[in-house]
Amino acid sequence: MKGKLILEDGSEFHGTLLNNIKATGEVVFNTGMTGYQEILTDPSYCRQIVTLTYPMIGNYGIADVFMQSRKSFVNGFIIGELCEEGSNWHYETSLADFLTKQGIPCLYGVDTRAVTRKIRSAGTMKGILVPDDAAQTEIDELFAVPIKKDVVQEVTTPEIYTMESEREHAPHVVCMDFGVKQNILNSLHALGCRLTVVPARTKAEEILAMDPDGIFLSNGPGDPKDVMDAVEEIRKLAGKKPMFGICLGHQLLALAFGADTYKLKFGHRGSNQPVKNLKSGRVHISSQNHGYAVDERSLADLPLEVTHISVNDGTVEGMRHTSLPIFSVQYHPEASPGPDDNMYLFDEFWEMLTKGE
Amino acid sequence: MPKKENLQKVIVIGSGPIIIGQAAEFDYAGSQACRALKEEGLEVVLVNSNPATIMTDTHIADRVYIEPLTVEFMEEIISKERPDGLLATLGGQAGLNLAVQLAEKGILEKYHVELLGTSLKAIEKAEDRELFKETMQKLGEPIPESTIVEDVPSAVAFANEIGYPIIVRPAYTMGGTGGGIAENEEELIEIVIKGLKYSMIGQVLIERSVAGWKEIEYEVMRDGNDNCITVCNMENFDPVGVHTGDSIVVAPSQTLTDHEYQMLRSASLRIIRELGIEGGCNAQYALDPNSNQYYVIEVNPRVSRSSALASKATGYPIAKVSAKIAIGYSLDEITNAVTQKTKACFEPALDYCVVKFPRWPFDKFIYADHTLGTQMKATGEVMSIDRNFEGAILKALRSLEIGVHRLHMEKMDAWDDERVKKNLARINDERIFVIAEALRRGLADVDEIHEITKIDKWFLCKIKNITDIELRIGKEELTPKLLRAAKDVGLADRSIAELSGKTADEIRTLRKTLDILPCYKMVDTCAAEFEAATPYYYSTFHAQEDEVKTSHARKVVVLGSGPIRIGQGVEFDYCSVHSVWALREMGIEAIIINNNPETVSTDFDISDRLYFEPLTTEDVLNIIDKEKPEGVIVQFGGQTAINLAESLQKAGVRVFGTSVDDIDRAEDRERFDEVLTQTKIPRPRGISVTNLEDAIHGASDIGYPVMVRPSYVLGGRAMEIVYNEDELRDYMSRAVKVTPDHPVLVDRYMQGTEVEVDGISDGVDVVIPGIMEHVERAGVHSGDSIAVYPPQTLSSKIIFTIIDYTKRLALALHVKGLLNIQFVVANDEVFIIEVNPRSSRTVPFLSKVTDVKMVNVATRVALGSTLREMGYHSGLVPPKPYVAVKAPVFSFAKMQDVDIALGPEMKSTGEVMGIDYHYARALYKAIVGSGTNVPTHGCILFTVADKDKEEMKQLAKAFAELGFRLVATSGTAKAIQSMGIDADVVGKVHERSTDIIQMIKTGKIHMVINTLTQGRHSAKDGFKIRRATVEHGIACLTSLDTAWEVLRVLSFMRERRLVYSLAIQDYVGGGDGLA
Repeated sequence: MKGKLILEDGSEFHGTLLNNIKATGEVVFNTGMTGYQEILTDPSYCRQIVTLTYPMIGNYGIADVFMQSRKSFVNGFIIGELCEEGSNWHYETSLADFLTKQGIPCLYGVDTRAVTRKIRSAGTMKGILVPDDAAQTEIDELFAVPIKKDVVQEVTTPEIYTMESEREHAPHVVCMDFGVKQNILNSLHALGCRLTVVPARTKAEEILAMDPDGIFLSNGPGDPKDVMDAVEEIRKLAGKKPMFGICLGHQLLALAFGADTYKLKFGHRGSNQPVKNLKSGRVHISSQNHGYAVDERSLADLPLEVTHISVNDGTVEGMRHTSLPIFSVQYHPEASPGPDDNMYLFDEFWEMLTKGE
Repeated sequence: MPKKENLQKVIVIGSGPIIIGQAAEFDYAGSQACRALKEEGLEVVLVNSNPATIMTDTHIADRVYIEPLTVEFMEEIISKERPDGLLATLGGQAGLNLAVQLAEKGILEKYHVELLGTSLKAIEKAEDRELFKETMQKLGEPIPESTIVEDVPSAVAFANEIGYPIIVRPAYTMGGTGGGIAENEEELIEIVIKGLKYSMIGQVLIERSVAGWKEIEYEVMRDGNDNCITVCNMENFDPVGVHTGDSIVVAPSQTLTDHEYQMLRSASLRIIRELGIEGGCNAQYALDPNSNQYYVIEVNPRVSRSSALASKATGYPIAKVSAKIAIGYSLDEITNAVTQKTKACFEPALDYCVVKFPRWPFDKFIYADHTLGTQMKATGEVMSIDRNFEGAILKALRSLEIGVHRLHMEKMDAWDDERVKKNLARINDERIFVIAEALRRGLADVDEIHEITKIDKWFLCKIKNITDIELRIGKEELTPKLLRAAKDVGLADRSIAELSGKTADEIRTLRKTLDILPCYKMVDTCAAEFEAATPYYYSTFHAQEDEVKTSHARKVVVLGSGPIRIGQGVEFDYCSVHSVWALREMGIEAIIINNNPETVSTDFDISDRLYFEPLTTEDVLNIIDKEKPEGVIVQFGGQTAINLAESLQKAGVRVFGTSVDDIDRAEDRERFDEVLTQTKIPRPRGISVTNLEDAIHGASDIGYPVMVRPSYVLGGRAMEIVYNEDELRDYMSRAVKVTPDHPVLVDRYMQGTEVEVDGISDGVDVVIPGIMEHVERAGVHSGDSIAVYPPQTLSSKIIFTIIDYTKRLALALHVKGLLNIQFVVANDEVFIIEVNPRSSRTVPFLSKVTDVKMVNVATRVALGSTLREMGYHSGLVPPKPYVAVKAPVFSFAKMQDVDIALGPEMKSTGEVMGIDYHYARALYKAIVGSGTNVPTHGCILFTVADKDKEEMKQLAKAFAELGFRLVATSGTAKAIQSMGIDADVVGKVHERSTDIIQMIKTGKIHMVINTLTQGRHSAKDGFKIRRATVEHGIACLTSLDTAWEVLRVLSFMRERRLVYSLAIQDYVGGGDGLA
């Protein structure tokens, strides 16, 4: 069925609507050329309509091993060509089947470059996916649907669960799940950690009662200022244990120390984002997915120093505490999708965890 | 300011002549590097023997040496220029090998020259098989089980251990020369013997074959601070087994999961770090289609053909960035030229699909083995961009100029199903067409074809998408919906017309009525994430938004010359680029359309706007509809552009320069005869025939030998000299399709001196920058002849006549711009052979040596300026006091089963120039530069045709006097002995089986002088001898004229200093004339 994306500013982009499911959401774009499944199942995209700039999607199908969470949380998917028959030895099901099963609205056959150019110049905005012949009332209704704020609650684990380690005396890490990607857990686990994954609203006392060797603050969707209760708990935890934050976790950490965050015009989403490590002077390519950033000026009088910046726009991409074993990055060292240039950060966390041994 | 503050002067090595495996990509890379260095205020010295390049222009480098790329000449130049640094990683394998030699011989140390960029150690680690293997093992990067051997028995022993098939690769070669896949011991022995010969260090690598796996490449950059990025990855349509230069390649990879993509990317980064490369590097992998297992196949520690492709595919200027890294910059200090905002330290994101398709010379070398393997055979390539694979592959096909416009070869219509099926298993240049044919006929489905070819099903499904639409167009009514679907998969109007029984014009009109028009998108390195300023575009029917903003300024389109092929090489790109520059100088916007990723013209900062598109009527008209330029210039893009002139004019486009009608008057046989009658210029007698009977009649009337060829030719395609009726019959049945529309020309063959002239005319005056005399007499294609400027043997009367004829012709043809004429001088009379009302192969050479900016002047003339306004007067520009010799370079080593004997069909792939105040030394430089292995002593084999025996006697005598020992076949020996000179008799090949061949193999013969007897059957002795010389790297002269000049060089070598160098700037400036 013919369908279209309508943006808040009235611009329309045409394509074909898979399964005739309508959608409302914030429209963002990702420039990665591979990793559509990882993007689709990254909880940080919760409630967003994700546009992929690479024009041929679905080429290698879908396989369970690449899932980044229990399901896809996106509100919509906008792509160029939808490849019907994927080809790869990992192939289990087609992308179309996956989208259908997950009930994800997908508009394909779209000039996604045009969508991207629009968002690049006008900024991230609300959009809807509708059939071509949708009535104006229907369109108005969809636009009237508010963008949900408390998205962390939607993606976080409902219950505590653990990932045991075969290692003797494995350091214990409690991961505050704001929408954690599976490969972050896998990466920590591969280091040799024993993991306890806890819901986002878990209290500091409960966490400390688990006697962790370190605390991990995960990535997740939305505006960090919508998760102020977690910020409060993080503030309590700070200084008690080594702490590592990624993405939303990094922003929450900044807020916990009294810094500020702000919304970027159209965010950083892709697998090719250069990040400079200010200490080593080295540049690494990173996988990123964030619409908010930590305001560098707000760090001025705080015990936090900027460790990494984006080579493209100079925004803060990483920070550490000047005296405590606390650090965080805005980007995704765990990759999936994207390059694994930054796995060294996990090693740094490991060193903090094992220093006392 | 370079970051390395000790640097003031840098010497850059070019890649020399164009050969298979090393084409125009290094002109692109070298030019970009020189400009990048000059930008930093460095003084740049360039050495390259290839005059047909932009990089050897005097404004690209401060000092340009067009000299042989040998250690001797390099040392001379280094001692003279005293550079601080040497940049060698941008001159291909040739440049790299030369740098290694300079370092090993201690020359760099002696003159305190720093090797910039990648270190010698890193080069060795990547190039030396044993060191490479050790390095990979240390890293834990898997490489196929392999060993290095220096003899055959060790190779056999290893193969017995790991099993067949086995791949053989010689160490230190380019384009995989001498390699191959052996299925059994017999094949292994043969390939190893050859490989040992080609390796510079007498080593070959033999390894497990992973044929059938996915072949994946990464282009990687690293700076001195250890920052690493990958510019792009590429996936080969053809699985492992076909040389990547002969593979259809897509960028980025299409069938790799993110995990696989990152796995190989990370491996690339580990490898480039471990090798310590500073600059660009290319890593090739074999990836198991059924697991995560992979092998590292090869690493090139330099800018390569793939880098040029990756640069054009992404917009990331690898050569430029490599040059900046070499002088000390780190990636995050270099600005991304595309966005002007971000830095070079990032990885391009593509939002389109790129296809590269190789251009093979099989149209010229009809007898060559078309099988594709580990030895590269393509002379060039095309690239195309679209938003889907279907569109991109079809654009690539249209760009090839091999007579196809979709995945369909006319000749296959005549094949029965069995033949189509059988051909699916053949790995050759036609495989993709066979696949399409099989799908079209329903002979095999995607799974079956995958089983046979191992080509990934994803690609096969895409081909099926195309053939499915084709079948629908053939069956159904062409509804707007179907037409849109056809354009969505990228079918050309012409293809749709062919399938629906309409004309291309009708489809075009229909399309425009329905508003089915292409959108133009930008190549911006970042998938639109950032605003970019690159004026680099491609078309797609698969989009909603056209983002290209045209201007209202004065603008003109320059048509490029497409892929590099025999007969149309880098020289036409040189001309296109200069035309663009001329327009920009005039304040006119220059728009270029071209599809060759290896060239300077497709660098996005050359023109005001670059459209990377096929050069067909439809594709060009679509751009013209959009841009609405004042007109197009066709005279610089070789025959490619000229061929479009008529259809463009018909569509109402203004063609600047010589009119379409006048072009036709020069190219149409009968109309040209009228021009000659009117201007009273004689030509060798000839007729045009449309059937065999007329040909036989005509030929006997004219008298044998006759020159036969089809009308409308490029590079002497299918042109032959036939000596009798049998040969004529053979030719007519084999080489050409004669029809009333395609007559065959039969001309008297005149054995005289060939002379070539390039002129510029504005319709009133005719300026002749220079005249070139060919060493080889008429009968050898002008592109394969040694050309000498200025002429050495022509009388002033003859020269006067040539000037006069040139003027008459230019004026009679109303030439506005360039023209090229070939004359033959026989018995003190001048005859015309051919006129080309366009730029020619010799324009860059002549521009350089005469210092006349021929293309610039011609462009201005085409747009209405007069020669007088520019200060030129009619007539010959006074010859310079020095001599320049242009010598052809061949790629016979890559082309088995091709006869190397020179004839009217062009065979060379490139050229070199020798320039000097002494003719003999200029000749020496040209011959040495061309790679001809001229021996100074030893044994020469003579075996010549009866008709040449008389002339050969004197030659043999002269060689004997220089101290050479002579051996000859019986008849030839008798003739030599009749002069009272010793000549050992050797048995003919078929008499004493391996006698001569054996002598060549064992190094007992150092040069061969052999002229063609008659016919050209491979079985003939001569062919075997000539091929043997190629395989064993000894000189074989097939024209007595060439032999005389070699003799001249040899005599000269005994009396004079051989190595003497001056920059082009010195020659044209008149300095240092006392050598």
